Amino acid sequence: MKFLVCISKAPDTTTKIEFTDNNTKFKEAGVQYIVNPYDEWYALVRALELKESLGGSVTTITVGPAEDESIIRKALAIGADNAVRVNAEAKDAYFTAFQIAEYAKKGGFDVILTGKETINYNGSQVGGMIAELLDQPFVSLATKLEINGDTATVDSEITGGVEVLEVKTPFVLSAAKGMAEQRIPNMRGIMAARTKPLEIVEAAPCDDLVTFESYTLPEEKTECKYIDPENMAELVNLLHNEAKVI
Amino acid sequence: MSVLVYIDTLSGSVSKAAMEAAYYGSKIGSTTVVTNGEISSAELEKLGNCGAEKVLVDRSITTNDAGQVSKLITTTAEKTGANTIVTPLDLTGRAVAPRVSAKLKAGLASGVTALPESDGKVKVNVFSGKAFGFVKFNTDKKVIALTPNSLQIEKTGNTAAVEEFSAGVGESTVKVKEVRKQEGDVLLPEAEIVVSAGRGLKGPENWGMVEELAKVLGAATACSRPVADIGWRPHHEHVGQTGLAIRPNLYIAAGISGAIQHLAGVNGSKVIVVINTDPEAPFFKAADYGVVGDAFEVLPKLKEEIEKFKAQN
Ligand SMILES: Cc1cc2nc3c(=O)[nH]c(=O)nc-3n(C[C@H](O)[C@H](O)[C@H](O)COP(=O)(O)OP(=O)(O)OC[C@H]3O[C@@H](n4cnc5c(N)ncnc54)[C@H](O)[C@@H]3O)c2cc1C
Ligand SMILES: Nc1ncnc2c1ncn2[C@@H]1O[C@H](COP(=O)(O)O)[C@@H](O)[C@H]1O
Repeated sequence: MKFLVCISKAPDTTTKIEFTDNNTKFKEAGVQYIVNPYDEWYALVRALELKESLGGSVTTITVGPAEDESIIRKALAIGADNAVRVNAEAKDAYFTAFQIAEYAKKGGFDVILTGKETINYNGSQVGGMIAELLDQPFVSLATKLEINGDTATVDSEITGGVEVLEVKTPFVLSAAKGMAEQRIPNMRGIMAARTKPLEIVEAAPCDDLVTFESYTLPEEKTECKYIDPENMAELVNLLHNEAKVI
Repeated sequence: MSVLVYIDTLSGSVSKAAMEAAYYGSKIGSTTVVTNGEISSAELEKLGNCGAEKVLVDRSITTNDAGQVSKLITTTAEKTGANTIVTPLDLTGRAVAPRVSAKLKAGLASGVTALPESDGKVKVNVFSGKAFGFVKFNTDKKVIALTPNSLQIEKTGNTAAVEEFSAGVGESTVKVKEVRKQEGDVLLPEAEIVVSAGRGLKGPENWGMVEELAKVLGAATACSRPVADIGWRPHHEHVGQTGLAIRPNLYIAAGISGAIQHLAGVNGSKVIVVINTDPEAPFFKAADYGVVGDAFEVLPKLKEEIEKFKAQN
């Protein structure tokens, strides 16, 4: 079974979000980058578990500049066999998906896994786009994945419940919470990651369909109004008459 | 301009998020809604009240397989001449919108929170609700995936014309073996009021008071991540940066410290009430109303007062 796991970087979750250049650019100075949690905790770890039981290989792919190699090495330290980096700024989701699909066309992968979403752009876009570009089935928000021969059984979140689906390889899947348990890389993994193969490929020409022109921050909250814990009638009154939410 | 709105109605009814998408469409052009499955025509007609002129339903498609549904959308868009497609960013929308975008090479704005600006740009959630971005489309065709609870619908009083049709999308490549529904509860992504609790509640056996308060308010329940991780509550209740992002009218948080990752998922809420024993808890900085007190005492009292209020109103 050949797995391709899409790995993106994301600012550490404690990052204070700020913008520069007249609010047109995310302020990168001082930002720590991590592997996007959904990609690392769920997509990558489940692919590794399945490879361990079924045999095969786990390749990661990242669309991004050379600076992204630290997060790629982290994925290798957790256990991926080899990595690919498409040497380009991930301009928009379509551009990113296009690059991954181009690479995947050559690779003969059985399952392509993405995370549910990136925690910076939160689009939940790349996985569905890859599936469309490859004309493969797409299972979104999978919380469980089992594979038997060429058939996978997947739990997928739907509004108000869970759907159990059966799908044949090859397919694309986005991984959500529940798929696997986070793995902490050990010393041996970290050492091994240094020498694992990291292939760099140049981007194929592709237009970006959307552009992020500028950003804003949410309005600051007004002062919190404190209410005496003995006086919940007052809270109810404020929620009704002032906030008008009940 | 002609707009096509796709909504998932497999539950047999039209969700609030779906009505918002129809309303959004009607604010930018003449709107046709397309859906599939067995939902009754009477239910679909009501979409007129949110501004839809027409509803097309393909009853032969009985699943929300992204492959089939995206074909349903693109064939219908071709038929109606729509160049803007709107879908709620609910769980089906997440799977379908990107497929449609890639199929049509149409720009996708995902997580939209407001009607387009005068120059066509749209505002979207980024950094898990910690900021907003303005997205410019570089394509004539556009796909908009709308964040639930972003708009207030103005009812029109109209009914929509419902028409059955067949888009001829072929077989699904995904087989649905089983559907497990979560019964009864108010669905968290759509809830107008959410009662949420964290580690301050000490153990799963204490959630009764959270559920009771939720019940009298007609609210959904949610929790912080550690609470879902230790198994006190189911994963689908976990809100925050690595869980669900929600934007109810009222979010009541008890025994949650208000870590930045938690706030990311809830700071789109219109009004936040925080109940915490620690006056220094960071959540108070994001709160509209704060109660420094023990959740074990405050929650039952609040429930009692809500009951009194409901009895009078
Ligand atoms: C990469 C990453 C992603 C994360 N994603 C998320 C996420 O999506 N969602 C999320 O929630 N967290 C997330 N976290 C975890 C987050 O950092 C916090 O650890 C977590 O939100 C804390 O949960 P809590 O508030 O329930 O618990 P605690 O921080 O332990 O807070 C408990 C609070 O309860 C109060 N308390 C105690 N007793 C009482 C009482 N009797 N009555 C009232 N109050 C009481 C305490 O004063 C305290 O403020 C993430 C962390 C990381 C590193
Ligand atoms: N630059 C990238 N390189 C590789 N994979 C990516 C990249 N951006 C996003 N992805 C994958 O696509 C998923 C969804 O991303 P998004 O559409 O941005 O929410 C992520 O969880 C990753 O698995």
